[in-house]
Amino acid sequence: MILFDRVNKRYPSGHQALTSLSFELGAGEMAFLTGHSGAGKSTLLKLIMLMERSTSGQLLIDGKNLSRIDRKQIPYYRRNIGVVFQDHQLLFDRNIFDNVALPLFVSGLRPRDVGRRVRAALDKVGLSGKEKMNPIMLSGGEQQRLGIARAVVHKPKILLADEPTGNLDPQLSEEIMSVLNKFCEAGSTVLVASHDLELVSSIAQRLLRLEKGFLVEDKKTL
Amino acid sequence: MIQNSRRKNESKSSLSLLSSDDVNKKTLINRIQSYFYSHHLAFSSATSRISSLPFQSLSISLVVAIALSLPAGFYVAVTNLQKIVNVTDSSNTITVFLKTTATQPQIELLKEKVSLDEGIEVIKYISSQQGLDEFRAESGFGDILKMLDENPLPPVFLIEPDKDIQNNSELIKKLVTRLKKEHLIENIQIDMMWLKRLQAILLVSERLSFMLGVILAFGVLLIISNAVALSLDSKSEEVIVIKLVGGTNAYVRRPFLYTGLCYGSFGGILSWIFIAIAVYWLSIPIEKLSALYQSSIELEGLGFFGLISLISIGVSLGLLGAWLAVTRQLSAIEPK
Repeated sequence: MILFDRVNKRYPSGHQALTSLSFELGAGEMAFLTGHSGAGKSTLLKLIMLMERSTSGQLLIDGKNLSRIDRKQIPYYRRNIGVVFQDHQLLFDRNIFDNVALPLFVSGLRPRDVGRRVRAALDKVGLSGKEKMNPIMLSGGEQQRLGIARAVVHKPKILLADEPTGNLDPQLSEEIMSVLNKFCEAGSTVLVASHDLELVSSIAQRLLRLEKGFLVEDKKTL
Repeated sequence: MIQNSRRKNESKSSLSLLSSDDVNKKTLINRIQSYFYSHHLAFSSATSRISSLPFQSLSISLVVAIALSLPAGFYVAVTNLQKIVNVTDSSNTITVFLKTTATQPQIELLKEKVSLDEGIEVIKYISSQQGLDEFRAESGFGDILKMLDENPLPPVFLIEPDKDIQNNSELIKKLVTRLKKEHLIENIQIDMMWLKRLQAILLVSERLSFMLGVILAFGVLLIISNAVALSLDSKSEEVIVIKLVGGTNAYVRRPFLYTGLCYGSFGGILSWIFIAIAVYWLSIPIEKLSALYQSSIELEGLGFFGLISLISIGVSLGLLGAWLAVTRQLSAIEPK
């Protein structure tokens, strides 16, 4: 599903973010991406999201070569991916329902399907019945789960998470991880960037460790 | 109960949330439906944005209305004047003042001679006594006239030029020089000249109002474009999120286009109302004025066609302004 083949990324400033990165993540597989800050985790996710372009090397997502996707096609490509952000990127000027429904509105889903999908997604993350509330009324953990609901509401093939537990205490972090794990079990390909090695090691999944832009470890935990 | 069981069904179906993939499967009817639905969403998002800032939105619409009212008002003034000119134009005559010393037979002879001129359609003689009677009846200075020893008014020929030369000032001039050769003729006045001048002025005014319109249209464009740019600035977070979840530029642009459309159409409607009020306010004194001149001039407003034109001008300027603002800024707002 995700295939990196000797991918390099050098920013215009001259900073080499990723060097000759190669790995493959199969469909339905889940992996953690760890490393210190600045190791290249965010850059890797940005390459998959096409927020950045690789300098050289091949990057294939679901069989598609990303270098062949031009600017105009990017929105349609992104509809196959769900992203969870550390700062959730929720919109506080609208209620929970509209936040979750955004990816569906954007892709032009029929209105009667939207309600059903949104409620299903909220149910999955344990927030059902709160559609009318404003996200600002939710706790940190709930906001993050809301972010996950928005990331999965359009049933993406790939789910990316960038430090989804960054601001949460260990118990809530575990809860978030188990929610993400559920989606992997349901068939999604899940890639989670996290610097929390302790938490990551406690979950039986594949672990990719980056250091200064190099992939230094690729192992199965536990 | 029913709702509860429905919810249970939904949560059951949510277990298969990731297995089916009907987001990307769409029939033509679905596409059309979702197209209109997305426009509906964009429109309601624009209107809620406008109603959440009522004062700001109203002031933008007012500025647009004022900018549209100026050329439109100018246009109304010019068309009304033109109407008056056209009414008067049909009776353009040449007034020939004869010497007061001219005797009746001399005048009869001259009339006979002059009426043979091919440039003359109708010639009407008004004796000095007739002129005095008319003046007394219409001016209200009758008593003062009584104090005069003798009739100060000269005998007059009212000449209506031939239709073929009426609108040709060169031929009219030639006719006048032919007439001037007669020694009994004291003076010749062409009523038409001031009309011609007025018509020329009106033509200039028409162009001026068009120029004013073009300049102010640019103004409206800038006003709306700036307003939309500001509102886009305050929504950059939302734009980034929309782009991250796969929203196209068109999707981002749509609500802003509707915002511009609303500003433009409100401005158009308001400017029509302004002009309607101005026309109503002016119509009463103008009716009085025209009654004094024994004519019935009615002020003409913009009418339904004017309303439609003002709204469409406002809407097109609003859409264009919003489009320019969004297109200029959109590529700069990218998720980082």
